[in-house]
Amino acid sequence: MSRKLRATAFAGVLTLALTGCGGVGGGNDEGGGGTATKGALSTMGFGFSDEIATTRVDAFKRDNPGVELKVTEGAFDEQQFLSAVASGNPPDLVYLDRKLIGTYARRGAIQPLTQCVDKQDIDLAQYRPAAREQVTLDGTVYGIPEFSTVRVVYLNEGLLKKAGLTADQVNLADWAALPALNAKLASVSGGRLARIGIDPKIPEFLPMWAKANGVDMLSADGRAAKLDDPKVIEALTTGVNLIQQQGGWGAFKSFRDTFDFFGAQNPLSKNQIVAWPMEEWFLNQAAKNSPNAELVVKPFVDRQGKPLTQSAGQAWVITKGAKNPDAACAFVKKMTATDTWLAAAKARVDARKAAGQPFTGVYTANAEADKKIFDELYQPTGNKRFDDAVATIRSVQDAAFALPASPAGAEFDKAYYDAVNRVLAGQEQPAQALQRAQREATAALDKATK
Amino acid sequence: MATVTPPVPGRRHRTPLARREARWAYLFLAPWIIGFLIFYAGPMLASLWLSFTEYDVINPPEYTGLDNYRQLMSDPAVARSLGNTVYYTALHVPLVMLISLGLALLLKRVGRLQGFFRTVFYLPVMTPAVAVGILFLLLLNTQDGLINRALGLVGIAGPSWTTDPHWVMPGVILMSLWSLGSTVIIYLAALQNVPRDLYEAAAIDGAGPWARFRSVTLPMISGSLFFTLIVNTIASLQMFTEVYTMYFGNRETQNTFNSDAASFYVIHLFQEAFQFLHMGFASAMAWLLFVIILIITLIQVKLSNRFVYYEGEDK
Repeated sequence: MSRKLRATAFAGVLTLALTGCGGVGGGNDEGGGGTATKGALSTMGFGFSDEIATTRVDAFKRDNPGVELKVTEGAFDEQQFLSAVASGNPPDLVYLDRKLIGTYARRGAIQPLTQCVDKQDIDLAQYRPAAREQVTLDGTVYGIPEFSTVRVVYLNEGLLKKAGLTADQVNLADWAALPALNAKLASVSGGRLARIGIDPKIPEFLPMWAKANGVDMLSADGRAAKLDDPKVIEALTTGVNLIQQQGGWGAFKSFRDTFDFFGAQNPLSKNQIVAWPMEEWFLNQAAKNSPNAELVVKPFVDRQGKPLTQSAGQAWVITKGAKNPDAACAFVKKMTATDTWLAAAKARVDARKAAGQPFTGVYTANAEADKKIFDELYQPTGNKRFDDAVATIRSVQDAAFALPASPAGAEFDKAYYDAVNRVLAGQEQPAQALQRAQREATAALDKATK
Repeated sequence: MATVTPPVPGRRHRTPLARREARWAYLFLAPWIIGFLIFYAGPMLASLWLSFTEYDVINPPEYTGLDNYRQLMSDPAVARSLGNTVYYTALHVPLVMLISLGLALLLKRVGRLQGFFRTVFYLPVMTPAVAVGILFLLLLNTQDGLINRALGLVGIAGPSWTTDPHWVMPGVILMSLWSLGSTVIIYLAALQNVPRDLYEAAAIDGAGPWARFRSVTLPMISGSLFFTLIVNTIASLQMFTEVYTMYFGNRETQNTFNSDAASFYVIHLFQEAFQFLHMGFASAMAWLLFVIILIITLIQVKLSNRFVYYEGEDK
């Protein structure tokens, strides 16, 4: 048998043994709280990637000298997490994508944070509504949101000028005009794509295109898929057409796969793309690597022209069977508190200053913290393009929506991603693909909620 | 008066030395046997039990009878992934065997540089599977990949290896040839063991190169051919790491590649177990694969009786 199969079976043996002893984890099922913060505390899915992380962890250690913190660095790994749960030795805290919270909450792998929030007096109102929604299942909070990403539209104004256009003429609300605009901006010759005109960023951003067309792909309670809604089909058709116009998915994707968004040779500086929606973090990269780029950032808009964005991000959760829930709760509070964020942002400002680079903000799920960061620390960079971009990003944060927590979030995502990929590959038409996705997602949601 | 116990008919008389040696043998075998029981047999039995349950790793398993097996038979995703895996195996195994045999025959003629080339052919096997997956994503890039650039030099417009569902599997098979070094080395060792006097006798009898290859080489290395057939078939049916890295390894690849075309059976099993938390269903999938591999191997063993020659056996 392969190693994966053996691992599966081994996890099974451990679980059987543990269930024979009266259940995995056992103990306190309600999130910890109180003030006794000492003992060992372990985390999974987090890392000391930069000064934002280290400053906040240092702040926790300073306030809680009695806690022996063990941070297992690395991105969240489902197999690692489940094996730890099955063996009865889960970490106290897990840092993971907010969209996974519904599934784990429904299965009881993570604890409700009701007591934690009460005892540590965590003010949930300080977190942005979209982020809060993603960590809440059936009215119960299961996670504390951390960073928050939003999506905006980046435009290469230099290329727009060459096409005889201005940034204001790029109107993503007018779907009927998009193909003509795309044709002006893209460069395809001999089946080879040399420049992307408009990148719709599907399948990842399909929920945002659907929302722009007036429909949510998942019901507010996360239990009903609406993937075969005619408006979702129309959104997908619009996105797919933009890609087909640019040589088809094969050429488009292989060209896009060569982009390096994190270096000086990014597609903005190399004039490889004109208009694309993307998360706000690229602004930091552009400010760092391409300070002279002719960049314009605009809000993504719905079909009525109203700003719209989709929020995503990470959150902290406390696992079922956590051995030190009190310290875990204190950690979560400290990591996401306004003052801690402010200290971390200050460290980022100093680091950027030392490197001679502009500070373009830190965007968290804590609205109060963001306000303080921008009121007290942010200084305009002097580059109007970047300063305007920062203002645009801040302006759309409250217009954000998020896919709600769902007990079958992973299956729901897979259903629509697969559908889009089948259409892009020319295997199915949008309606046919989304009908199949609807059936798959509904079956998974029904099974998860039965 | 002393009595003599007559020997029990059919029971082998063992001397004290033989018994002592047997005890030592069991003692030396014990670590392996214990390891086998704990890490193989136990988990296998546990997964057999889990295959009859609804189990999400987090909560205790609930017995559901044959539900998982019924679902296996009706789930189109399982059929698709199994079909892809069989397709891959049917092409990969013969190709690997043919190319490896060709390379081994060439290597045998190289002479003094044989050691160098043997190392060169084996080096790719040492490359971590994850690195191979990432490397081939770059090589198979439609616009800028080296493979399509090379095809372009001879006037062929290369396909979309990673995005066209019809070309995903040929791309994976191409990638799988990267690590055929082990098979080459096995064949080379077998070729070097073929007695030279057999070739000389055949030549004296007037056999040409093809007749010598067909009537001397192939029978004499048939044991190695059979071994690699079995091993490569099992490995192909369990294909995971390289393809998972290419098409499912991170969010970007998972989101933007066609999972229908690249879905191998063990990858689907892994997703069911760890992404969707259907560990009971995944266990049933594992047992189905085990039975399939067992049947294929038994068929191969049965057929081998007719084609494989083992030195020293009477034919």
